[in-house]
Amino acid sequence: MKHIRNFSIIAHIDHGKSTLADRLIQYTGVVDARNFQDQILDNMDIERERGITIKSQAIALPYRAADGRDYTLNLIDTPGHVDFTYEVSRSLASCEGVLLLVDAAQGVQAQTLANLYLALENDLAIIPVINKIDLPSADIERVKAQIDSELGLDPETAILCSAKEGTGIESILEAVVRQIPPPVGDPESPLAALIFDAKYDAFRGTVIHCRLFAGTLKAGDVIRFHYNDATYRVEEVGRFRLQREKADALRAGDVGYIIAGVKTVSDVRTGDTITHEDRPCAAPLPGFKEIKPVVFASIYPIASDDYEDLAVSLEKYKLNDGSFVYEKDSSAALGQGFRCGFLGLLHLDVVQERLEREYDLSIILSVPSVRYRFIMKDGASGWVDNPMHYPDPLSIIKSEEPFIRAVMMLPDRYLGTVMKLCMEKRGVNSQMNYLSPGRVELTYEMPLAEVIYDFYDRFKSVTQGYGSFDYDLIDYRESNLVLLDILVNGEKVDALSQIVHRERARARGVQACDRLKDEIPRQMFKIAIQGAIGGEIISRSTISAFRKDVTAKCYGGDISRKRKLLEKQKKGKKRMKMIGNVSIPQSAFLAVLKSDTD
Amino acid sequence: MNSENLPGLYLHIPFCRGKCAYCGFYSRTDLSLIPDFLKSLRAEMTLYREAFSRIDTVYLGGGTPSILGASHLEVILDAVRRQFVIADDAEITVELNPGDLTARALRTLRALGVNRLTLGCQSFDDAVLAFLGRRHSAGQCRDAILAVRAAGFDDLGLDLIYGLPAPGGDPGTAFRGWLASLQTALSFQPEHLSCYQLTLEADTPLAATLALSPLSLPDDDLSARYFLTTSERLEAAGYRHYEVSNFACDDDHRARHNRKYWDHTPYLGLGPSAHSFDGTRRWWNPRDFDAWVGALRDGMRPIAGEEILTLDQLRLEALFLGLRTREGIDMEAYRKRYGFDLCAERGDKIAQLAAAGLVRADGYRFSPTRRGLVCADFLARFLS
Repeated sequence: MKHIRNFSIIAHIDHGKSTLADRLIQYTGVVDARNFQDQILDNMDIERERGITIKSQAIALPYRAADGRDYTLNLIDTPGHVDFTYEVSRSLASCEGVLLLVDAAQGVQAQTLANLYLALENDLAIIPVINKIDLPSADIERVKAQIDSELGLDPETAILCSAKEGTGIESILEAVVRQIPPPVGDPESPLAALIFDAKYDAFRGTVIHCRLFAGTLKAGDVIRFHYNDATYRVEEVGRFRLQREKADALRAGDVGYIIAGVKTVSDVRTGDTITHEDRPCAAPLPGFKEIKPVVFASIYPIASDDYEDLAVSLEKYKLNDGSFVYEKDSSAALGQGFRCGFLGLLHLDVVQERLEREYDLSIILSVPSVRYRFIMKDGASGWVDNPMHYPDPLSIIKSEEPFIRAVMMLPDRYLGTVMKLCMEKRGVNSQMNYLSPGRVELTYEMPLAEVIYDFYDRFKSVTQGYGSFDYDLIDYRESNLVLLDILVNGEKVDALSQIVHRERARARGVQACDRLKDEIPRQMFKIAIQGAIGGEIISRSTISAFRKDVTAKCYGGDISRKRKLLEKQKKGKKRMKMIGNVSIPQSAFLAVLKSDTD
Repeated sequence: MNSENLPGLYLHIPFCRGKCAYCGFYSRTDLSLIPDFLKSLRAEMTLYREAFSRIDTVYLGGGTPSILGASHLEVILDAVRRQFVIADDAEITVELNPGDLTARALRTLRALGVNRLTLGCQSFDDAVLAFLGRRHSAGQCRDAILAVRAAGFDDLGLDLIYGLPAPGGDPGTAFRGWLASLQTALSFQPEHLSCYQLTLEADTPLAATLALSPLSLPDDDLSARYFLTTSERLEAAGYRHYEVSNFACDDDHRARHNRKYWDHTPYLGLGPSAHSFDGTRRWWNPRDFDAWVGALRDGMRPIAGEEILTLDQLRLEALFLGLRTREGIDMEAYRKRYGFDLCAERGDKIAQLAAAGLVRADGYRFSPTRRGLVCADFLARFLS
């Protein structure tokens, strides 16, 4: 155990976490340069394309240190987006230390700080690393000053590195060995293993990723999940190389996997404790939290014949994503579908993309919503996350919506515009804190519904990319809500309805009509788009009929070209939903929430 | 029109004195290549003489066929007659440029059996011709038309272009200018008119110029106005708007060769970049003079690419090509030929289009109205 180190890399998005992970893997020779594919740990296409890690990954790096001894360094990669903060915290709970990566040009950002707090909560050793020192815009002294003043860490311990060019890698590995304590825990005690992730394997079922804090686990043992008391017989245990590597046993201090005939990933809860059925540990490991979706939207197949395919695909998808929930739903405008819950909008985007890409489905998502609480005249109260189930307004006594605490870090020259944005988003109780001359930490309490869609994009744009943002859900607060409906040629499209704050309703109605005008292509007749509250029309836009849509020439060689274009457009047509006699593109449903200032 | 549906023959003459700013067709300006071209073209004919033995239309296009001297044209048409059996009543068309017409060449063409000429006037406005990079004047257009008539040709088509960017930003002036050109064209009573809206072809000087210029092509609404007004004016003058860009003084003067492209009749295209079709397979020659000559020197068919159309593809083509013609689609004939019953499968959609005034449905036939023709691409997308 003395020769094991369990660590994570934490960083603000784009500070180079995956690239550094790649260099560490390369340096320790787990994979030779020939077979090297950039960002090995991000093994989903979407992760690689977006440069965001969505799932946790683990890998054991063999390393002979300067002291001549051989070490196993377990690197646990963590998701890099605020939607997945809880997953990050559980991955960190599996470690004794972290590399806190800071971009030499951008310096400390909101997620750097949020991740630092998570590491401190878990009592981890923290090694600051300044990455991207090769950049012309790198300003190492400034970043060191921020590490001192904003993170409260000793800047002289910071390791300078360029993951891209491979400099500083050895110093980092040495620091991991020397500064991160080896795991402690008694292999003879009752088993206590922390689940930090789970993946689905088509042949083996769920593969549980875990960290053993006490005890020993081997194939044939019967284990019990603390959360639901479910028991399973262990088929295989092992450690992570690039692939899974079977082992005789996992012992206290180890990071590894368990295969135990668990059918779906959702049978496993990240953060739960695994122990032995016959000799359980006295108490579960601390910090378990059941994660709940915060953003909801319905998914419908564009062609109603595809409903069964969608049902099967969601079931398959769910096998691999324990935080995704769904149930049956139906819409007057869009037919049979499913109401789904997501951890955030990135999660929603990822699910949508994977359904389309991996399962070849054309789907429509309704306008995303948060979950509201209504207290009715008869004393009953209920949760509503679907505008279609908005209660009768006359019977509502009180409505409540979820609030978040948003923490933003930005150069103070953007303070004015950001505060204006936050006010526009109904932000309250602001606090401001100068971190260092010129840099401000700004805190606001805001309704989640206001932040959900385009807040982050607009924040990025008004701060020209220099601002960073992180948030926590705090509580539910009373709010004056109304249901905003959208009518297309007089027909209500329930999937476009939104629950909005009364004072913002008119502006949101105008915005929705304008966005739909941009998104819906001209058709053979005039289309009227209206926003309505109750029976009252509050906004309107009109799409005039198209006038000309024909190519002038069509002779010998033009015919194939023209046909190919039509074939392509036919595929695009599949992404349009007919509502009445109007075709509405898939993009329109998400666009209504976006303001036109971007 | 021709119950046998004999194939047509297209010959691409890949030479021009200079490149026009808007044109995306393949051509070379080095006229010293002409002897090589003639030799290779004859070689190419022999490679296809068996597959396409009988033909009933011949079309010399380009490029600029009229750049060839009388003797060259004679060589080509002689070879065609020797290699292929040409129907007695065949339509034999040559595209001419107003700038390089001589009475002698016209006499030769007559003698060689050419019975239809199309003249690339494009406009009767010198400013427009200069903008397009044409090397002839409006005066030369007039002279050429008179010369053609004097030589005894009674089937003359004029090609015209509309929808240029409005200089000085006044679309009204450009629009009136177009109507004036159209009026001039009508005064010569051509049997056929092709009125093309200017389209930006990739990699043309015009596309490059416009990308950097504040000038822009007419928007959809103005384009529609050009299209509809042109159609109304010409129909009022007795022409039939039989295809998106084509008008004929009567049904017999519709272009028989072009029609083959639109109804899946086989056609053989010879010369660089020419396309051919045999009923299910479409193939095309290289857009490269040397590659084309090289293959023929080696005794090979100079094919750069091909596709074999699936039934779905044939159906789609027949749909969008049919919807580009005023005759529209005979659903019974379509069902027999392509095994798809539009009436049963798309009846409700056709009814929607009819209700919107875009098509006229009449028994088994449905055909685009004038407003339907201007959005024929939409009609095809909607019904596909």
